[in-house]
Amino acid sequence: MSVFNQSRSRIVRVVFVLAFLVILARLFYLQILSSKYDKLARSNAILEKPAYPPRGLVFDKHQQVIVNNTLAYDLMVTPALTKGIDTFYFCKLMDIDTAEYNQRILTSIIKAGRQVPSVFEASLNPQKYARIQENLWRFQNSFYIQERPVRTYPIVAGANIFGYTAEVDSNYLKRHVDEGYLSGEYAGMTGLEASYEKVLKGQKGMQVLLRDKDNRIQGPYKNGERDAPAVAGSNLYTSLDIKLQQYGEKLMQNKVGSIVAIDPKTGGIIAMVSSPTYDPGYLTGPDRSKHIRELLYNDPRLPLFNRAVAATYSPGSTFKTLQALVGLHDGVITTRTTFSCSGAFYGCGSGKPMKCLDPGTFYLKTAITMSCNTYFANVMQRVINNPRYPNIDSSLRVWDKYMYAFGLGHKLGVDIPSERSGNIPTPEYFNNPKRYGVGHWNFCTFRSVSIGQGEVLVTPLQVANEMAYIANKGWYYIPHIVDSIEGGDTYGLLDKYKTRQIAMEIPDSIFEAVHDGMQGVMESGTGRGSKVPGITICGKTGTVENNAVIKGQLVKQPNHSFFAAFAPRENPKIAIMCVVENSGRFGGTYAAPIVSLMIEKYINDTIAANRKGVETNMMNTNLIPPLMKQKMNSRDSLKKIKESTQPASTSLTLSLDDIFGNETKSITLSSGQQKSKQPIQKRVPAKPLLIMLLPEEKNYFTLVKNTAK
Amino acid sequence: MNRHNPEISKGIDWMLVAMYMALCLIGLLCIFSVEYRVGDNVLQNFLGFKKEYSKQLFFFGISLVVAIFILLTDSKFFTATANLSYMFGVGLILATFVVGKEVAGSKSWIPLGVMNIQPVELCKIFTSLALAKYLSSPNLDFQKPKSQLIAAAIAFTPALLSVAQKEPGAAIVYFSFALAFFREGLPAQYIVAVLSLVILIIASIIIRSDILFMILTVAAVLIIYFIKQRKKRAGKAIMMVIAIWLLSVGVQKFLVPALFEKVLQPHQVVRIFASFGIDDYQFKDSARAVAIQKEYNKLGSSKKGDPGKGESYNVKQSKIAIGSGGFLGKGFLKGTQTGGDFVPAQNTDFIFSSVGENFGFWGSTLLMLLYFGMMLRIVFIAERQRSVFSRVYAYCVAGILFVHVVLNIYMTLGLAPSPGITLPFLSYGGSSLLTFTILLFILIKLDADRQMVLR
Repeated sequence: MSVFNQSRSRIVRVVFVLAFLVILARLFYLQILSSKYDKLARSNAILEKPAYPPRGLVFDKHQQVIVNNTLAYDLMVTPALTKGIDTFYFCKLMDIDTAEYNQRILTSIIKAGRQVPSVFEASLNPQKYARIQENLWRFQNSFYIQERPVRTYPIVAGANIFGYTAEVDSNYLKRHVDEGYLSGEYAGMTGLEASYEKVLKGQKGMQVLLRDKDNRIQGPYKNGERDAPAVAGSNLYTSLDIKLQQYGEKLMQNKVGSIVAIDPKTGGIIAMVSSPTYDPGYLTGPDRSKHIRELLYNDPRLPLFNRAVAATYSPGSTFKTLQALVGLHDGVITTRTTFSCSGAFYGCGSGKPMKCLDPGTFYLKTAITMSCNTYFANVMQRVINNPRYPNIDSSLRVWDKYMYAFGLGHKLGVDIPSERSGNIPTPEYFNNPKRYGVGHWNFCTFRSVSIGQGEVLVTPLQVANEMAYIANKGWYYIPHIVDSIEGGDTYGLLDKYKTRQIAMEIPDSIFEAVHDGMQGVMESGTGRGSKVPGITICGKTGTVENNAVIKGQLVKQPNHSFFAAFAPRENPKIAIMCVVENSGRFGGTYAAPIVSLMIEKYINDTIAANRKGVETNMMNTNLIPPLMKQKMNSRDSLKKIKESTQPASTSLTLSLDDIFGNETKSITLSSGQQKSKQPIQKRVPAKPLLIMLLPEEKNYFTLVKNTAK
Repeated sequence: MNRHNPEISKGIDWMLVAMYMALCLIGLLCIFSVEYRVGDNVLQNFLGFKKEYSKQLFFFGISLVVAIFILLTDSKFFTATANLSYMFGVGLILATFVVGKEVAGSKSWIPLGVMNIQPVELCKIFTSLALAKYLSSPNLDFQKPKSQLIAAAIAFTPALLSVAQKEPGAAIVYFSFALAFFREGLPAQYIVAVLSLVILIIASIIIRSDILFMILTVAAVLIIYFIKQRKKRAGKAIMMVIAIWLLSVGVQKFLVPALFEKVLQPHQVVRIFASFGIDDYQFKDSARAVAIQKEYNKLGSSKKGDPGKGESYNVKQSKIAIGSGGFLGKGFLKGTQTGGDFVPAQNTDFIFSSVGENFGFWGSTLLMLLYFGMMLRIVFIAERQRSVFSRVYAYCVAGILFVHVVLNIYMTLGLAPSPGITLPFLSYGGSSLLTFTILLFILIKLDADRQMVLR
């Protein structure tokens, strides 16, 4: 019987072999043909943990660290693993309610997905950090704390220069696609942090870790052979004198305006004050976004607005020094040319004449010293109406070429973002039918430009730079903060700061003449109250008329106080300018003493005993422009009313809306068209933007021809 | 004959023993690789019996001792006690209803101090012996339905009992005795009929009901046409075809839907659907559909263990582990999935995934060659037996091994639903290892005495 069925053993064997072949085929498919399992295994077991390098430090010219790093602690969450944790207890620890908790988890999921850890709360404050750290084991897999280096500032100064870093948002990621940023990382947003982001950020490292099914770390993957260490960012060596910067900020406290000081020999910026300023550390802590909101929206003085590079003013009489250079070099005057002023400039016949305060006869030196309007109106009239040039377009173009050579009318290229170009009127500018139109303008149309009013606009940085230009007798380096980068300038960021800018050869003698006038300003002219014993300062005052548009009306505002100078005359070490907005007095009243104190501090390192009085006087004077004061008062009183009727948290935003709702209606500046490309706008919602642009924009519309001193 | 020969090694099939030793050692290595973590103090763990690899080594030692005892036993002992041991085994299974210990939802274990014994597992040996005994009885005519029924009763009684204990996985193994029946002359029609039924059921799961109906009908019409072409008078054959067609359509249209709609538990439905990749089955009963959907949701969220419901997750992770092994594997103790505990039950049912990950395609193939080599060797041994008892027993062993290996590997590779069957010699567990050791070594002993005629 068994023999009868022997053939069946063969069938059994065939069945075995077939089953084996099926397994073999399946193994072949899974292990060799299909590549997806390898990826799945990787995402299962391998955690690529980025290691963040410390950002590069920033040093001042005396090798002192002025921007440093410390550690912040971010609470990270993996939303997929939060199921089953004691939410109530967690919320109690974090001091939030359940709705807020759910909202944040939802935000994390939207931002990074369920499985990927993202920030639940950035930069925990010390109390929260301690509470969470102690109880973290309860939320072992879902939450963990990540260390992140953040900025500290050993000396509280220079916030407008350094800028701040912030978590990159989707817009930033879109703009920097191939630069390796991930959501949740930090990048420099303004100031040096933004300009030198490439070198400051260093190189992100990667730790490749093994984890088990519960997300517990098992150790390095393949003994860490795929790990890449983080490379620290490069340090920046700047030309800043942080002590002087701090001193300048102190002098400018309770004033609105700025100081820019440049080393004329190198173009290195020594100090750059934009007032009001704020503690740079204010924008690093856990309440960063709240603070930004406060500074951006809630302070009419606009502390986040870097006036030194982005505010544009009419230069006022400081402009006359440049007109002197043009006049002499173009040959329309000599140092001996005289003009008489009987009380005003009548060169244009009827119309509102430009007054001068000191009637008399002036030659160049005394005209600069006494800031005679008539003299410079005549000079420019001669340049514009010079018969050498076929028409007014070409003569204005000649004048423009000078201005361009002096660093005006274009962005200088400083290494601080948001720089403005100012405005130097060109023939095209006047030919625009919206302005005057072709053939509808002549010198008299824009005669106030000759004394630095009207259509001409400059930034404080440009004024300081023109002082460096005059001090150097015809050249300048593009002003810059950073002198050198540790480990070399691999991206060529500093290249443009290494070449002398000489657009036009002007003989030294011409500069000497202007120097003479400027020295006279300090000795016997409009700035004589700000003499510094032992230092020969060449300076020029400016008193700038300006208007604000309020409810559609041009309303005259108190004058800006301007002063620009360089010192010492021989071997200049500092070129400096100061503007005090709406101080209501002359350039010599506030700006000149402030500049003289800065010069004295920089060159002598101390303030002479007999000048201590000036120092305290300047520090204590409160010159907040009346318009801003008014807004601040209404804000404060509104806040008080709201606070008394509503819970504190809502009152702030409500009152803000109220304030800005009113203001945007009243200040209907249609200034967007020209400045819409400024990066600063991108960070600010549309409404308050108009207000941001107010202080420097108002001159843009000022076409008043009047006296200036 | 060999009675007077004191040398127990005589006649032993060393090849089989070597394969056995190799598989057991591979099993130990696998369990070690699953449990080992960087920084473990291996020696201390071994001595402390804290880890499963040390326990498994202990079970291996016990198994070897038992194996030697078996080799020292007279072959006639097995024939003599076959029926008795079968009764003992069935008695043990019945006893579990009373004294059983519940492990993972099924009350089928008897606690015995160092290890738990699963009588259903052990009963495979006794059933094999009893079947061998019955089929080797001198006057048996296996072509008679009566003897076929008795043989089936012997084979399936333990299976039915284990289904009653909610351990359907163990019951499936008892189908392996069909292999021995087949070899002993069970008419091929039975096998063909069962296979056809299985294929029909699978087809009606995979193929849309109407399309399958059309296929069946067309096939029936074609067959009738061909039969008519060949023979003029073939009424009987045509009636047969029509009957088969009716039966098929009945299974396809009513039995299978009834299974899914009413009989099977929702989680079983989901498991079966998952292994065939079906996700668009329309349930007529909306309450049923909701229950099934719930089961799917459970699978989706059952990431954190709970092998009771997360089988689909297990299989997914097992495929990932094996698939990521590539051709050469990641190397011993270097598997990230094995090391990270990603495959649930990797020590027991899913142990093959650690081989697949650590040793890759070549290692897996080698292991499979070892298993199927062993099975073919057993068939070879079976055919050289003089006594029917030994031959039937050998086929029983080959069948059990085959079903275990094929179902387990197919499950880990995602080719079949997972019934929870261990991989012989490799899976962690004293009960399983001991059972297979005894099963194999009785065969080796019987083979050593192959010159004897046993009854």
